[in-house]
Amino acid sequence: MRAFDYVRAGDTAEALREAGGAETRFIAGGTNLLDLMKLEVMAPGKLVDINRLDLGGIEATGEGGLRIGALVTNSDLAADARVRRDWPVLSRALLAGASGQLRNKATTGGNLLQRTRCYYFYDRGEPCNKREPGSGCAARDGMNRILAILGTSEHCIATHPSDMAVAMRALGARVEVEGQGGAREIALEDFYRLPGDTPHIETVLEPGQLITAVILPPPAGGRQIYRKVRDRSSYAFALVSVAAVVAVENGRIAKAQLAFGGLGPMPWRDADVEDALVGETPSAALFDRAADILLAEAKGHGGNDFKIPLTRRTLAAVLTQATEADQ
Amino acid sequence: MTLETTRRLKHDTPDTDRRLDGMAQGVLGTGMDRPEGPLKVSGRATYAAEAHPEAMAEGYLVRATTIGRITGSNADAIRAMPGVIEVIEDERMIRNAAQGMAGESPVQRQGQVWYVGQPVACVVAESFEQARHAAQAMMVTIEPDGTHVFDAEDPAAEVEKPEQKQLDQGDLEGAMSAATFSLDATYHTPSMSSAAMEPHASIAQWDEDGVLTLRGSYQLLKFNKAELADVLGVAPDKVRILSPYVGGGFGSKLGLAPEAVAAALAAQALGRPVRVVLHRRQVFETVTRRSETRQRIRLACDAEGKLSAIGHENLVSQLPGEVFSEPVAQGTHFQYAAPNRVIGHEIARIRRPAAGSVRAPGEAVGVTAFEIAIDELAKKAGIDPLEFRLRNVPDKHPENGKPFSSSTMEATLREGAKRFGWTHTPPRQRREGEWWIGTGMAGAVRVNMMIEAMARAVLTGQGVRVECDMTDIGTGSYAILTQVAAEMLGFAPDRVETVLGDTDLPPASGSGGSFGAASTSTAVYLACMELRERLAAKLGVKEPELTLKDGLAIHENRQTPLAEILGEEEWRALGHLQPGKAGQEVRQATWGAIFAEVAVSDVTGETRVRRMDGTFAAGRILNLKTARSQCHGGMTWGIGLALTEAMEHDPRDGHMVNRDLAEYHLPVNLDVPQLGVHFLEERDDWANPLQAKGIGELSVCGSGAAVINAIENACGVRVRRLPATLDQVMDGLIAQG
Ligand SMILES: Cc1cc2nc3c(=O)[nH]c(=O)nc-3n(C[C@H](O)[C@H](O)[C@H](O)COP(=O)(O)OP(=O)(O)OC[C@H]3O[C@@H](n4cnc5c(N)ncnc54)[C@H](O)[C@@H]3O)c2cc1C
Ligand code: SF4
Repeated sequence: MRAFDYVRAGDTAEALREAGGAETRFIAGGTNLLDLMKLEVMAPGKLVDINRLDLGGIEATGEGGLRIGALVTNSDLAADARVRRDWPVLSRALLAGASGQLRNKATTGGNLLQRTRCYYFYDRGEPCNKREPGSGCAARDGMNRILAILGTSEHCIATHPSDMAVAMRALGARVEVEGQGGAREIALEDFYRLPGDTPHIETVLEPGQLITAVILPPPAGGRQIYRKVRDRSSYAFALVSVAAVVAVENGRIAKAQLAFGGLGPMPWRDADVEDALVGETPSAALFDRAADILLAEAKGHGGNDFKIPLTRRTLAAVLTQATEADQ
Repeated sequence: MTLETTRRLKHDTPDTDRRLDGMAQGVLGTGMDRPEGPLKVSGRATYAAEAHPEAMAEGYLVRATTIGRITGSNADAIRAMPGVIEVIEDERMIRNAAQGMAGESPVQRQGQVWYVGQPVACVVAESFEQARHAAQAMMVTIEPDGTHVFDAEDPAAEVEKPEQKQLDQGDLEGAMSAATFSLDATYHTPSMSSAAMEPHASIAQWDEDGVLTLRGSYQLLKFNKAELADVLGVAPDKVRILSPYVGGGFGSKLGLAPEAVAAALAAQALGRPVRVVLHRRQVFETVTRRSETRQRIRLACDAEGKLSAIGHENLVSQLPGEVFSEPVAQGTHFQYAAPNRVIGHEIARIRRPAAGSVRAPGEAVGVTAFEIAIDELAKKAGIDPLEFRLRNVPDKHPENGKPFSSSTMEATLREGAKRFGWTHTPPRQRREGEWWIGTGMAGAVRVNMMIEAMARAVLTGQGVRVECDMTDIGTGSYAILTQVAAEMLGFAPDRVETVLGDTDLPPASGSGGSFGAASTSTAVYLACMELRERLAAKLGVKEPELTLKDGLAIHENRQTPLAEILGEEEWRALGHLQPGKAGQEVRQATWGAIFAEVAVSDVTGETRVRRMDGTFAAGRILNLKTARSQCHGGMTWGIGLALTEAMEHDPRDGHMVNRDLAEYHLPVNLDVPQLGVHFLEERDDWANPLQAKGIGELSVCGSGAAVINAIENACGVRVRRLPATLDQVMDGLIAQG
């Protein structure tokens, strides 16, 4: 680990003041950042500890949603009674992630900004455009079982590994950020960037900007499912995951909010897929058509080709479950 | 004055005295808690990295990223970095861990990088973070030395076929074509890692007399001492190794590893203690892995399922310059009877990190593939796979006619089936929602070995002290050696102190190959027997007539406290076991049967093990609790082998890609159901005077096959390339339509 300066900020203003330089990073739970620093995949010159900031609460918003402070831990958020009742897909996604110990440390803000698990990104002996712009991408012709099939570029095929963010994307969450220039809200769909030729830039956050909260819109109702497919029963990142909020009225799909993990460089959502479902009668053929739309541009890289049929089958199973008549 | 006498046993003939059955203390065989357990759970057991000698410096290994000749480095710039004391680029550094029981140095650096990931230097600094940072900044220039092969199946790979490892008896091809049913299938198992919990760590310190003390985490101390002395070029009596506690080994700590050598060289160069701890990623790369295997299995049988031919030809990989090769067919030689037999063994010399012994070398992967093949043939023949196996139990070694020391294959199969409630059904019969449910079974077998071992027992009026350089790698050595001494000399276990893990003590067997418990327990038994003889002589009775219990010597109607007999004296005895003809005149092995129930998702191909039950026979069980723990662990390894574990090597340079515990998938709690473990009561007189055999590896050898066979029974998909990841199963489901 490279030697670094450490500042423990007492409040948001101080944190923002301290976070001026490009070499500076905030540290929350540290469950991702510290691992990367030990390997010197990330080597900030200065850490601003934000754990003393008043960003811990979960409050109801005026519009009937929830405001989740950036420091709320994954465990606390998953256990929140309101979340479990009204946004259960989020609770389930959180509980499908990492391990109990990690969730106790991991925060809402840190989870959104966790970095890819691409093997080569972690390995300083290998070329990686995300870690070292311009060095190449070892994964494309290497081991890429866990990597992306949508939204990739020739420069990077990494996935965003979060489960939480997938559920939030399905729920239409917004990210509240604060910088020297003031506060603003960014829809989660606008928060992440595709890799293009700058895979090292992953979000629209500017250096020194702080995530203060995530806002959930009012309860979406419907049936909520989070299904995560992975290489062991627990404690593994998603190969494919589906977050679904689906309502059926009078035999027809009235609402379909679907987001996917494990497929792309950001939690993936495709409005065309949802449009194709809404208003229709649930059927295997319909679900297949939805998968066709979702996967039209999907591209495997050898080791991850299986994600294409796996996504199709998982989506169909989730939609079947979501639209089944009550037993 | 203390007199030490020695009792030797050259083990040539079976021991039918079964003296332990006549002892009175009643502690051996019980599930006694580990005496060192409280120390471990309270953090007071000092593991290798946890000692803090004064003025200790920290070393961190530097990793090579290409293969070739080392032509230079930026060591001078590194020396100028904050906190850096020295950069060690000694040619005596070793390129990978020694093979188990090598007793000599593995290939040393000598200016050469053999594989990507090889340690090539060690940066020593005042703090760990300074050392690590500087090591990550260090650049070693390496001149490529030609093109290399990274895959054993690459046609360009150089393949060896050692004469003495091939067998051709009868006429396999003829039997195949004459058979009613036959199978010719190829199986693959992946490269795998021991992944012990405690990473390798060493603290080296030299004294004024040029004696090196190394606190390390090792399994076979007497060999490790010889290896370290050979690497350094010093006499063995100049080396002392301490390994009182070892946080798991599974083969990865059999041989001296690069961190120990780096620590010793650095401590010598600097004249102060140096600690080197391997990062988890370095453990994966520099410590020997289990070779990937390709196994072609040919089987033939008649209409009744009687096997007429067995072929098992395998290909493994190894780095040039290593003698070990995964003995895949070790169990195949004798597990099943059949007159026509071919066994083939090929070694591809490729540039992946070195392979070596990982828990149950040979049978772990060999029996697993073979037991899948047996299931496939049983299915072709339309015979219940349990019944199929029962029809092929050998009554003697099928290749050389030697008797078995004990044969419990049939008994474990029958008992295991009864406990599990085995009934054979065709595939794709049971469904719960999207999940196919099925059951599978496999036999387990593992050779039994004894190796030379010495141990000392020191008797006083108050209790016993047992001393030797045996290691406890989490297996329970402290517990069982305590129990053996307590039983033999008639003391409650809390009156027995067991001191292990120090090469200044008598050289025991060490831990490995499932030989540790039985070999070293025998040495302790012999030492105790010597003391019993002396007690008997002093009391004027014959030893067999002497009962020792709760600190009392009981003879006819007299009870004499040992405190009275010994007074203030300390009686010392050495036990010395030397393996003899008993290991050659018969085939010694342990046997078992494993049954599993799985659920397979028809959507994703994910497999969940729902139930697993193992029945084992391994001679006298010395401690029911630690033996059961071994089997729980082994069955969990079987689940890993079947479903989750694979070390991926980059096809372009052979390096290990997923070398961390997030991406090298060991089974986690949720992957492992409640595991049933049952032991058949057994006494194997050929094994040793304790009638005990190894139990540490048996349950790894076949468990994975039970899971794979259950997947086929559940959903009809036969997986021949392990692990059965969901994509493979899903492809099979799609192919079935
Ligand atoms: C072994 C392992 C398994 C895991 N498995 C899963 C899994 O299955 N699913 C899953 O979703 N996740 C998984 N995780 C990832 C885990 O969820 C993340 O590490 C965690 O959510 C990160 O949160 P943190 O608070 O610890 O972030 P940190 O490590 O503290 O920070 C991460 C990044 O976010 C930045 N940051 C943090 N807070 C803020 C803020 N308020 N404003 C601006 N920047 C900020 C930091 O500067 C840093 O760049 C796993 C992690 C590990 C180690
Ligand atoms: S996929 Fe992205 S993260 Fe992985 S090696 Fe390529 S550039 Fe790096």
